[in-house]
Amino acid sequence: MLTIDKLTKTYADGHQALRDCSFTVPGAQVVAVIGPSGAGKSTLIRCINRLVAPTRGHVHLGDTDLTAAGTAGLRDVRRRIGMIFQEFNLIERLTVMENVLAGRLATVSFLQAFLRRFPAGDIDRAFELLGRVGLDGYENSRADALSGGQRQRVGIARALMQEPELLLVDEPTSSLDPKVARSIMGLICELAGERRIPALINIHDVGLALGFAQRVIGLNGGRVVFDGAPEAVDEAVLTRIYGADEWRDAFRQEGGEDMLAAGGAAS
Amino acid sequence: MTGAAASAPGSRPWQRYTRGQRLARFAAWLAAVAVLVWSAGTLDIHWPFVLDAPRQAGDLLGRMLPPEWPFFAQVIGPMVETINIATLGTLLGAALSVPVALMAAQNTTLNAATLWAARVVVVASRSVNELVWALLFGVVFGPGAMAGMVAVGVSSVGFVSKLVAEGIEEVDGGQVEAIAATGASRGQVLIYAVLPQVLPTIIGVLTFRWDINIRQSSIIGLVGAGGIGITLNNEMNSFAWANVTVILIAIFAVVMASEWVSAQLRRRVT
Repeated sequence: MLTIDKLTKTYADGHQALRDCSFTVPGAQVVAVIGPSGAGKSTLIRCINRLVAPTRGHVHLGDTDLTAAGTAGLRDVRRRIGMIFQEFNLIERLTVMENVLAGRLATVSFLQAFLRRFPAGDIDRAFELLGRVGLDGYENSRADALSGGQRQRVGIARALMQEPELLLVDEPTSSLDPKVARSIMGLICELAGERRIPALINIHDVGLALGFAQRVIGLNGGRVVFDGAPEAVDEAVLTRIYGADEWRDAFRQEGGEDMLAAGGAAS
Repeated sequence: MTGAAASAPGSRPWQRYTRGQRLARFAAWLAAVAVLVWSAGTLDIHWPFVLDAPRQAGDLLGRMLPPEWPFFAQVIGPMVETINIATLGTLLGAALSVPVALMAAQNTTLNAATLWAARVVVVASRSVNELVWALLFGVVFGPGAMAGMVAVGVSSVGFVSKLVAEGIEEVDGGQVEAIAATGASRGQVLIYAVLPQVLPTIIGVLTFRWDINIRQSSIIGLVGAGGIGITLNNEMNSFAWANVTVILIAIFAVVMASEWVSAQLRRRVT
């Protein structure tokens, strides 16, 4: 269970990215976090695994207070949280296998990491995950030789390699074309579902968000302005999240057709 | 037409500089010439020697040519030593540069103190000439190849760590963030996320420095630090100019070869 309690982030330049955000993700639930650019979506998920240090508030994963973890504790906490990125953030010059095994770094020594001597069990699991994300036979390809969709599949395998209790997903489809974006979003939700891992997915494409998530959280100006089922997202809610006119533009992006269907169901 | 009045000759004067600017420029030129005259004066040039120089050059050339080719056999040993000094010195410099480069890069240094300490090391290594390092280490280790190797290594630190630190500062932060997010330790982030990105830079810089070091180690023998320079110094002192020619040709050939090798290596990693 993930509990976020009055999470606040004020950057050094005075910009308030998050203001008293609170919500709970009780179990394996796919939560889409939507909101205009600058709403604080990216800061929110980075404050959870402390890539960004929160100013105030608490984050609990199970019984662990993530905001209180020390250096050694932080490594363990991060191991328990898998992260998937917009730009994939693979190590471009390393092979697919090395990238997937990076998910085990918290459990091996410096020397093992340097020599790439990972336990046999980890390697077995890496092969299994590569198969699961549809990259059988790609283990020795360099990451920079893959297409965008393939790279994100490696990113997904790397995150799952950590055996995470939570998935943080930051705009997973923004660097992909609409068709690939759909299949990647489907894959993430499918894997999160079958492994019973809660997932927090930042996504600006409302169509995809409503199509795949079991719950939607709307952020605006660093505040949670909506928290409910995708079916409850109507024009009024979108106006609250995006402002009067902007939300229409949000649909005019990749997920346009999806939105017609989802919006039709909602209204 | 309004343009007719404006186009009358002399009605729109234009000058590139104002009177004040012209005076200032004239003063600057005057000062430059004065400095030139003064510095030439301090050199205490002995003009008869200068006028004699072309004849002396011709004379020297006559004594240097033709090259004493059989002497080549005695050049091979010192030449190999020179290449070894350069190669081992480059490796030593690379090892010494690892901590310096990490501390000299904004994104991997520990704090402001380590950043500045590393910058001081870089400047110290670069501001002291190889020959001076060779003299210093000649005192420490005694004259010979060991002093030469250490001198080459220490003088490489500034160049190598400065360029590698710049490479480290240019790594993609997203890749670093992703590895940190897996729970990797600081050291693991360095070898897993930073090193692969900087590796082409490291290899490029090291081969380039090795090429420079071949040239350096062929002269540090002049101060007794091993290699072909010792042979060169001995032959010059005994006025064996035809042998000197052979040495110069050998150095030229090796430098050309090393430049080619380093260009090939650099092309491979990019």
